[in-house]
Amino acid sequence: MEQIQKYLYGAVLVSLLCFSPLQNFAVAGDGPDEVEIDSLAQLYEPVYFDHAMHEEVTDSNCAVCHHHTLGTQIEDENCMRCHAESGATDEIACQECHSSNRFEAEDLARIDADKTLYHRDKVGLKAAYHIRCMNCHEEMGAANGCQDCHSRTDAGNKFFHAGNYAPPESDKPAGGGH
Amino acid sequence: MKAMNRRKFLKGSLLGGAAASVISKRKNADASSSFGGYPDAMGVLVDLTRCIGCRSCEAACNKEQGLPAPAQSFDDLSVLDHERRTSEGAYTVVNRYEIPGKDHPLFRKIQCNHCNEPACLTSCFVNAYTKTPEGAVIYDATVCVGCRTCMIACPFYVPAYSYSSVLNPVVQKCIFCYDTRLKFGRPPACVEACPREVLTFGKRKDLIKIGNQRIQNHPDLYEDHIYGEKEVGGTSWMYLSSAPFDQVGFDTDLGTQPILSYVKEFLTVVPMVLTIWPALFAGFHLLATRKDKQKKEEKSEI
Ligand code: SF4
Ligand code: SF4
Ligand code: SF4
Repeated sequence: MEQIQKYLYGAVLVSLLCFSPLQNFAVAGDGPDEVEIDSLAQLYEPVYFDHAMHEEVTDSNCAVCHHHTLGTQIEDENCMRCHAESGATDEIACQECHSSNRFEAEDLARIDADKTLYHRDKVGLKAAYHIRCMNCHEEMGAANGCQDCHSRTDAGNKFFHAGNYAPPESDKPAGGGH
Repeated sequence: MKAMNRRKFLKGSLLGGAAASVISKRKNADASSSFGGYPDAMGVLVDLTRCIGCRSCEAACNKEQGLPAPAQSFDDLSVLDHERRTSEGAYTVVNRYEIPGKDHPLFRKIQCNHCNEPACLTSCFVNAYTKTPEGAVIYDATVCVGCRTCMIACPFYVPAYSYSSVLNPVVQKCIFCYDTRLKFGRPPACVEACPREVLTFGKRKDLIKIGNQRIQNHPDLYEDHIYGEKEVGGTSWMYLSSAPFDQVGFDTDLGTQPILSYVKEFLTVVPMVLTIWPALFAGFHLLATRKDKQKKEEKSEI
């Protein structure tokens, strides 16, 4: 289990630090050119996210991924109820708000202790990436399979019983159920 | 409907053993019908709108529970072409459902739902099952006699049998990762592995609030129902869906009463059953009392 633990809760190296100089709104090209996402390190190789390209395809509408945090107008009516005028925040990087130890006792206790917290159902970092990226990729008809973005490590192949660890061909049709 | 037939079978023909166990546990049973689950029980809210059928959860379960190597790789999505059930080699499986009028299929992960008032537990006459305060329904394979009553009693067709030992088949099912994770306050392996947080882990009572909030925030997306909030007396694992629940493989005819109360109805047949099987029961009774004693000892430690 240690491996999965590491895979999920190991060091998250999303280097969004380059985002420091922040005004009230974002300017196209202010973001990092590339972001290394290494949070699934055990099972998959790091993903190099082409931030510059994504700024282009979203017409520099930062809200597409960063919600209201860059002071850009958001469309979701639910969010607008509170965030129509909230302006830019100090925290922009995904990992600043989306927990990388989601559902660990500590994380649940933090939410539990804060009785007035509104965003109690905020997805963790891994889901924030996958839901945001994949839903958009699907809409845009972009590549969306696991290995279109992630190349698997040897440990990953072992985990999925794939590659060198694939079951022998002869075993095939059974498939796990009754 | 299948479940009803099964219940009829349970009521009627049974396997007298189950009836005997209901007698021996009647006190428990009556207490539990007003009890509605442990207050701080944990649970998982499964949101079908997020699931992509990647099977990472299946791979994680296989590893965590030390299950045998699968017949096909976990990244082989061709297994989704046929509806699968949980088995002794797979405590959880994901199935795909084509939804009439929708472009996209939905996927549903199934496993033990960890009922508040588990029919597997109440029907087991050697008391192999325990519902822990953390919410897990676990079992002691060393007392299981392989009678398969729980398999018939479970409204969700969950318990499977290991036939690796022909003489002593034992029940096998999802245990909410109790031994390795839940009891230490950690989320199950499948929850941790899911890339899209289809599986939200938390206190059951909080999950109901979260589920209702999601429905309220996105009324166009979700069916206005949390499956498992009330079904069969409530389950620790619950579901949200964007399609009517009967279109994604759920039995929507189960009602809100624990299966236990259905089982109670056939108590009247017990005396007859008892006269048929006294010798058998004597043996089972020994096992059961041994178990009860163990439990009492455990309780007194708390
Ligand atoms: S789903 Fe079935 S096996 Fe699981 S606790 Fe409920 S009755 Fe028991
Ligand atoms: S909770 Fe644990 S045992 Fe149950 S399906 Fe998930 S990984 Fe498997
Ligand atoms: S890991 Fe999550 S997204 Fe993948 S099949 Fe399982 S529940 Fe669905």
